[in-house]
Amino acid sequence: MSETSFVPSWQYYRRKFVGATMLALCYLSAVIAIVPLVLIFFYTIDRGVSYLNLDFFIQMPKPVGETGGGMANAIVGTLVLVATGSAIGLPIGILTGIYLAEFGNNKFAYFVRFMTDVLSGVPSIVAGVVAYGLVVVPMKHFSALAGGVAMAILMIPTVTRTTEEMIRLVPHSYREAALALGIPQWKTTMQIVVRTAFRGIITGILLSIARIAGETAPLLFTALGNRFWSTSLNQPIGSLTVFIYDYAKAPFEDWNNQAWTAALVLIILMSGLSLAVRAVTRSKYVQR
Amino acid sequence: MQESAFSLTQDMTSPKHNLGDVLFKYTTMIFAVIVMSLILLMGFEMYEDSKPAIMKFGWGFLTGTTWDPVREAYGALPFIFGTVVSSAIALVIALPPSIGVAIFLSELAPPWMERPLSFLIELLAGIPSIVYGLWGIFVLVPWIRTSVEPVLSGTLGFLPIFRGAPYGFGMLAAGLILAVMVLPIVASISRDVLKSVPQTQREASLGVGATRWQSIRLILNDAKSGILGATLLGLGRAMGETMAVTMVIGNRPTVSYSLFDPGYTMASVIANEFTEATSDMYISALIEIALLLFVMTIIVNMLARLLVWSVTRSKR
Repeated sequence: MSETSFVPSWQYYRRKFVGATMLALCYLSAVIAIVPLVLIFFYTIDRGVSYLNLDFFIQMPKPVGETGGGMANAIVGTLVLVATGSAIGLPIGILTGIYLAEFGNNKFAYFVRFMTDVLSGVPSIVAGVVAYGLVVVPMKHFSALAGGVAMAILMIPTVTRTTEEMIRLVPHSYREAALALGIPQWKTTMQIVVRTAFRGIITGILLSIARIAGETAPLLFTALGNRFWSTSLNQPIGSLTVFIYDYAKAPFEDWNNQAWTAALVLIILMSGLSLAVRAVTRSKYVQR
Repeated sequence: MQESAFSLTQDMTSPKHNLGDVLFKYTTMIFAVIVMSLILLMGFEMYEDSKPAIMKFGWGFLTGTTWDPVREAYGALPFIFGTVVSSAIALVIALPPSIGVAIFLSELAPPWMERPLSFLIELLAGIPSIVYGLWGIFVLVPWIRTSVEPVLSGTLGFLPIFRGAPYGFGMLAAGLILAVMVLPIVASISRDVLKSVPQTQREASLGVGATRWQSIRLILNDAKSGILGATLLGLGRAMGETMAVTMVIGNRPTVSYSLFDPGYTMASVIANEFTEATSDMYISALIEIALLLFVMTIIVNMLARLLVWSVTRSKR
């Protein structure tokens, strides 16, 4: 038995060192990624919370020069826009998702899937320009409807792909069992498969609503914005996001503060929806 | 029960195709056709609306540097420059930490840490652009003006990109805010790509005595086209990003080497000037910029999807 034990060469130390350094950098990047989130959340809460009171939700915006007031019309406006967008976008997205999941093993479906993914990368401002051409120009004026159309374009890809994914998660035996009972395929799909995947589909809907409720760019020249009460689809309508934009640029401190409050409301809404999605996706069939 | 018995008899009369099934299939298919043709419709719509500008300026629109609505002279180069440069800065800054986070989430983090961190990254991706912009105006821009730009021009001022007066608002601010916005996208898609690399690769490399990092390098090598795809998706997002950039870039249509100088991007000129555009030619020129942006992002996104798909689908 020789006494020579393992003597590590300098390469051994080098690779140990490089490895440790790179891993440390990976840990560091995880921290770096979280820093902006913490900063933005913290700052928005800090600035926004002092103006967060009942007035903000139930009062109308005050005329220029007067302080106080709220954004009741903008909150309702955002709801109207989201509802309009959903009314147009959800049926299209959900039915396309059903098609892709249930009949989607052909070249055409692969192409649709690809186009949907590409559509999800189209800038939101471009959707606004398209809605301008499709709705504002023929109507000859800005309207909530035009804003809704822009939002529908933006929500379709998310709804389509999550609907498809969620329906695909439904075990095949469910379909077989239903078909074996003689239930027609369309009823199997609608009443058994879609119902089983329902929670997941709701997730997709919530995610897409979260996405469009925070959009500003497509609304600037479709829904335009409105300082007065309006729920008409035929008229320009205010929204939280456009209000933030206008109030952030304004030279009045009171308006800047209200912009922060609106941002806080928006962030709470988003995080709330994300948490809701988390809760929903913890269910039995929808494991990510 | 009643219903299913009924459909059973129906099925027996036409064993292969139930009328409802056929209707159902083709109804859903029509919607799939609508979604597929939406992109074409959007392109066509913008092409039609921008025809006056396309006819009048031709290819010169892409290289023209003058943007003067009063004299009806429209050139898109400053905006194309602004979009490309701000997105490039964003990627240069965001790429290393994004990949670091992806490696951390996919290879290093224990499960109890991975889920909450993934959730936080998703939250970051979900913050509306306008909130980033608000934060940019009131926090990031003053910080850049007082802390970042003086330091950069003091130490690296010999480079032309770090010269000029520290305004705060400018290309650097736009690049930084875009970096923050792009990071979660690149990170989460890269994580998915890394996770799709087969477990046997890790076992094999660790089994022959590789260090953790050497093993990760092999995995990165397997996943590189997917990570490139994720990067391109981030690029597409950065190019189309509107509100946050509009609020911090300074909005001046110039081509300047200095990152401290204000700039303008394609998306932000549309956002800023569309409602103020008075003449038809002005509107038409803005829509042509939208069309250009649309084509650019679509090309980037198509490449990105193909690359991501090539990794995450083929290996299953």
